[in-house]
Amino acid sequence: MAAVTSVGEAPLAAPVRRPRGMQAGRRRRLNAFRYVVFVFFTLFFLLPLLAMLRFSLEGSTLGTWSASAWTQIWSYQGPPPLMSSVEITLELAVLTSVVTLVLLVPTMIWIRLRVRWISQPFEFLCLLPLTIPAISLVVGLAPVYNKIRHYELSALMLFFAYVILALPYAYRALAAGLNAIDVKTLSEAARSLGASWFTVMVRVIAPNMRQAILNALLLSASLALGEFTIAYTLLYTNLQVELYSIDRNTPNASVIFSTSLAALVFVFLLLLIVSYAGRRRRRGMR
Amino acid sequence: MEGLSRRYGEVVALDGLDLTVHAGELVTLLGPSGCGKTTTLRLLAGLEDADAGQITVGETDVTRLPASKRDMGMVFQAYSLFPHMTARQNVAFGLRLRRIGSAQRDKKALEMLELVGLAEQAGRYPHQLSGGQQQRVALARALAIEPQVLLLDEPLSALDAKVRGQLRDQIRRIQLDVGITTLFVTHDQEEALAISDRVGVMQGGRIEQLAPPTEVYSRPATSFVAEFVGLTNRLAGTVSGSTVTVRGRDLPLVDISTAPGPAIALVRPEAVTLASDSSGDSGPLTGTVIASTFLGATSRVTVDLGDTTIMAQLSTADAVELPAGSRVSLTIRPDPVLVSADAAPAAEAEA
Repeated sequence: MAAVTSVGEAPLAAPVRRPRGMQAGRRRRLNAFRYVVFVFFTLFFLLPLLAMLRFSLEGSTLGTWSASAWTQIWSYQGPPPLMSSVEITLELAVLTSVVTLVLLVPTMIWIRLRVRWISQPFEFLCLLPLTIPAISLVVGLAPVYNKIRHYELSALMLFFAYVILALPYAYRALAAGLNAIDVKTLSEAARSLGASWFTVMVRVIAPNMRQAILNALLLSASLALGEFTIAYTLLYTNLQVELYSIDRNTPNASVIFSTSLAALVFVFLLLLIVSYAGRRRRRGMR
Repeated sequence: MEGLSRRYGEVVALDGLDLTVHAGELVTLLGPSGCGKTTTLRLLAGLEDADAGQITVGETDVTRLPASKRDMGMVFQAYSLFPHMTARQNVAFGLRLRRIGSAQRDKKALEMLELVGLAEQAGRYPHQLSGGQQQRVALARALAIEPQVLLLDEPLSALDAKVRGQLRDQIRRIQLDVGITTLFVTHDQEEALAISDRVGVMQGGRIEQLAPPTEVYSRPATSFVAEFVGLTNRLAGTVSGSTVTVRGRDLPLVDISTAPGPAIALVRPEAVTLASDSSGDSGPLTGTVIASTFLGATSRVTVDLGDTTIMAQLSTADAVELPAGSRVSLTIRPDPVLVSADAAPAAEAEA
């Protein structure tokens, strides 16, 4: 507290004005720098998106405008129909994020509460998929999926692989949330009030890492929405694979731009909703 | 409830500790960090397991019961309120786990918040409360489940001095109101002496002395207790019979069975009085003031005696008369003193 106060008061208490003037100048330069960076990165990210939008509105002859690519999202009849792969990809996103969270949240809380010694190996294990290229994962996964295909042909089965891929991201997000709360004291307080371990997890720890859970949800969902390599090499059709095949087989390729853009906007909206939900929660607590 | 007794053996932190707390009593465990006082509390609460020994509440053996079934309320050193719940929801949490109806639960929670003087803050979240208020809500939460024993683990150590004093007195008042058996753990001797029925001074996993505060202070059982509780001067002296001779002055011994010979006598600063000395003689009881610390109503004056220094506690009015550098003569009041076992030549004042 003392340090904070003295830092804040320093310019006022300074005997001469020069330091203050220097600071104001520095602040102005810093602000200008901020705007430059902001404008640069806005253009950097927006230009490809705008180009995508333009391409998706390309008519049959170059330079003409048409909305047909957007209407085709619903009417494109594959094989398979575009809407069916959109559907399967959305389902995959939901399934992947839910399974990842159901596996990871209780495990991580449990490790933090009861078996701390295992947390290092566990972290290593969770981060491992990040270091293995997807294409090498496929080599290992292919025989497994050959077995799975005996029982179920649906591309939904990709969620097994996607949960593994999502582990590192979800782990990081959840670990940040767990680190932000005093898990030990909170659980001991709840225990002394008569809470079982299950109650401690569900009623005390999990509600306090709501934002982290939402983040993990978003990360694993967007991973499933954008995955291509594994689906393609294991011969499943999800949205990305379908877009790729449309690109190769259709003369009017603008539908892949409209669909990709739609997918991007969808993920962006998801992100907005998640961060809004987190913020509203915090404001509600104030 | 008849009382509490527990024993642990072979625990590194706790070396076969015995303690009985009577019903409605407030016992404080006092000691330096690492003495095992917090371990004792955590074992009692069931947050850690005892390697050996037994814990009973009333007639019931709770040694093997998990924390959630022990029926003990606990207030922690760190802020432990659930951040996603309001003060009232926090207090009601334990009642909810006991499947008490929501109307009754709310009523009880408000009652408890009233008891700690925070009824108006019932709808606030922990981060909207000050540290002292959070600890009061934590106390209300611990008391709401009407536990058989209340455990307080240094609940005041994170608070600033003024709030600490107020809350300390409030805890004592509430404890007496409710009549709950309480075990309080602290490293702050002032806190321990102020609110306890009995104080247990701990060191190395053992209780050195368990007695009412006045007795712990005036008749410490061991030299560790004497030095930990309050300030003590260590003065070289010689034991003979039931007295110890310190700088030519005979002082009665607390423990008359002390072996004769050279020893270190532990003398309280308030037993030393100073008077201005203009004779210029140098004797064993004259010296020069080297420092004076203003403590409010009293002041602590450090005097250089040539071969050692001694601290005296005087009223500030008297201390003002004796600025640093003035020559003084000492009088040691013949209070019973304790002799330190380690007869090391070090004879300096220690905190």
